[in-house]
This record gives sequence, C-alpha cells and structure tokens, in this order.
Amino acid sequence: MSTQNGHIDAAGKKMGMWFFLFTEILFFGGMFLLYSIYRYKYAQDFHNAAAEENIVLGTVNTAILLTSSLCIALSISAIRRGERYFSSWLQLVTIVMGVAFLVIKYFEWMAKIDIGIYPDSPVLLKMAAGEIIFFGLYYVMTGLHGLHVLVGCVVIAFMMRFTMRQTIHRGNVARLENTGLYWHFVDIVWIYLYPLFYLIT
Amino acid sequence: MKDPSAETHIVATRTYAVVWLALLALLAATLAVARLQLMARYSVLGSLLIATAKAGLVLAFFMHLKYEGRFLKGLLLLTLCALTLFIGLTFVDVWYR
Repeated sequence: MSTQNGHIDAAGKKMGMWFFLFTEILFFGGMFLLYSIYRYKYAQDFHNAAAEENIVLGTVNTAILLTSSLCIALSISAIRRGERYFSSWLQLVTIVMGVAFLVIKYFEWMAKIDIGIYPDSPVLLKMAAGEIIFFGLYYVMTGLHGLHVLVGCVVIAFMMRFTMRQTIHRGNVARLENTGLYWHFVDIVWIYLYPLFYLIT
Repeated sequence: MKDPSAETHIVATRTYAVVWLALLALLAATLAVARLQLMARYSVLGSLLIATAKAGLVLAFFMHLKYEGRFLKGLLLLTLCALTLFIGLTFVDVWYR
C-alpha cells in the first residue's frame, strides 16, 4: 500500500506476513500436537504403520522442497540487483519444483489407496487403533501441506507476472519477499513432517 | 525493524549456496541416522534435533531472520513458546489423567 508521498511501507507488509505465519504455525501446531499425543499412546502402532511409508520418495521430496527454497531466495536477491529475467526464471523453477513435489505426493497417495489404505476403507478399519490414527493424520497433514504447496505455486505464478510487468522491481520487492517467506514456511512444515512420517519407525 | 540496512540487505549467492549444501548434508545425516539405526534409542530425539537445525537454517538465512530486529525475533519466540506450552500442558493432562 502506498502512502500519499509514494512511500512503500515494506516493513509493515513484512510484519503483516509474519503475523499470518504465526497463525499458520499454530494451525499446523494443532496437528503436531495430535500427532505427538497419539504417538505417545500408540508407539508400537505408529512404528508399524510408518514402515508402510516410501522413504525414497519422502527423501526426494524433501530435497526438492529445500532446493525450491534456495531458488525463491535467489530470485529475491536477483530482483534486488535488478535482474528481472533471471529472477522470473528462478521463480519458474520454484513452481516446477513445487509441482514435482505434488506429482510425487500423488503417486505416494495412489500407492496407498491401491492397497486399500485410505480413510474409512475396509482394509484400514481392520488395522490396529493406532495405525488408523497414523494414516488419518498422514492424509490430513500431508494433504493440508500439499494444499499449501499448491497455493504457493499459484501465488508465485502471479509474482512471475508482476515481475515481468515490472510492478515488482528493485524498489518494490515486498510482494515477492512475502511470497518467499510463505514458501519457506511451507518448507519448514515439511522439514518436520518428513522425520515424523517417514523416518521414525 | 527500523534498521534501513535490514530492509535492503542482499544475501550473497555464495551464502545461500552454502546454506543449501548444509541443508542437504543434514538431510543425508537424518536419513543415515534413521536407516543405519545409529543411536536407535535416541532416534526420535536425533531426528527432531536435525529437523530443528534445518528449520533454523531456513529461518535464519532464507527468511532473513538473522538480519531482523529483536521485535520480530521476540514475536516468533512468543509463538513458539505458546505452541510448546499447548503441547506441554496437553501431555501433563494425558500423563496425570
């Protein structure tokens, strides 16, 4: 928002984004709370159920998201140096990685659904109580995280458009910076989901 | 927050590259700890500590928290303390029910 003298309140915009991220931390935090309580109550079931996860795909997806975070961070540095094309190119790479993450996630989910593990399925309902909860949390947490990745990709696509139209430029980077903050936050959520669902067996 | 240099701080590409390599190294480390059953007894704690180290790197460099003022850092700390309190109190409830 520009004030009357044309000054852009970048600090205020950034603060607003951080406040949003704080609410996001508590939003995901509620689910991490459920995970930790049920993991404590059903340690063995969680252990058994986590063995079902595909550790290779989980690891590849972690590497993809970490690298995409690097790309969006570099795109902000690039626009600050006035390199418009390089910046939008890096934003495109970030989107492609976000989509790759979602495609891998799709195959992971489909592999589970194919063997009958999905909410309320007959196969799942025959499992132990803790395993039902584990897969329930798996679908809810990775699903909501995936939704955040999808939203991030759409938002970055808009940022690319703004960058090419030069409404985002060296002197007005706040929107791209806030998008970067959001993308890194989504990355951090995955950094915790990865050990909790794939590694701890 | 009022520091104008923080507004326009451009982190060097080299710094980002080093942070990214460190993140991938930590990813390899956490995978090794889990697969090789190193420290099996402490694997949960180890995985979460490595995840926190990764999150810290992303926060400090990619999210520029290192270059922010105390106010924003304090707010983030407050949020994390609130979450820790929620989880801690819920566990107290479960333990002593």
